[in-house]
Amino acid sequence: MENSIEKTGKTVEEAINEALAELNLERDKVDVQVLEEGSKGLFGIIGTKVARVLVTPKETAEDRAREFLNTIFEKMNLSVKMQFKEKNNSLNILLEGDTMGILIGRRGETLDSLQYLTSLVVNKGDKEYIRVFIDTENYRKKREETLVRLAKKLADRVLKYRRSITLEPMNPYERRIIHSTLQHNSMITTYSVGEEPNRKVVIALNNRRKSNNF
Amino acid sequence: MKELLEAIAKSLVDNPAEVSVNEVEGEQSIILELRVAQTDMGKVIGKQGRIAKAIRTVVKAAATKENKRVIVEILQ
Repeated sequence: MENSIEKTGKTVEEAINEALAELNLERDKVDVQVLEEGSKGLFGIIGTKVARVLVTPKETAEDRAREFLNTIFEKMNLSVKMQFKEKNNSLNILLEGDTMGILIGRRGETLDSLQYLTSLVVNKGDKEYIRVFIDTENYRKKREETLVRLAKKLADRVLKYRRSITLEPMNPYERRIIHSTLQHNSMITTYSVGEEPNRKVVIALNNRRKSNNF
Repeated sequence: MKELLEAIAKSLVDNPAEVSVNEVEGEQSIILELRVAQTDMGKVIGKQGRIAKAIRTVVKAAATKENKRVIVEILQ
């Protein structure tokens, strides 16, 4: 592979360490192929042989995501800058460019689809599962604020008219925002109805008798 | 559009060599017919068609940019 490097050392271990230092990577992030075992020779004088190793960086989640998204943006004729942050089995990707509206889509539909497809590509094969998040122009944060506001407004309406309200279909992540916004409001209860992808949150009056029986 | 769909499908399946996309130009819309290996059908459709839906959404976004209507069909 093009980014493999070959190193020599007195021992295999020494050669590997040298390569790791040059690549600035940890041992578990590379594949090592031993080309030649070192030999101390006789009394360390006659017939000493150096160890030679070929060290190749492993393809990371970031590599896979970058390659996949780059291809998509290229075919869409979009110029998009990407920023990656990887930590604790999650990969955060931030997109930047002039045409982010196209990538967000209606209610974030396109952004969610891109995120889902990227997650499938990153997690192809049976490796450790990595959660992928894609955001642009702070869309996720803004959407969350909108949903929190919506939840509170509709909760007030439920209390005022004493009738439950069913929201439009949302994905699990968005439904959770609604549920958690209202979970401390004891006069209101929330639950979801329907099947994915048309699952909707219902905001209803908390039935006191029911909660007493509990 | 065709190349976009092809690239997405190839990234998802186990047999990228067997991915093919046929473009049928209609009066108002373009129909893209996606074919993959039989064993890869699940990889482009997904539970309840979730993957297929995501693919369609992304391809539609690309089409919107070019003011076109596009329909993605997955063929057996």
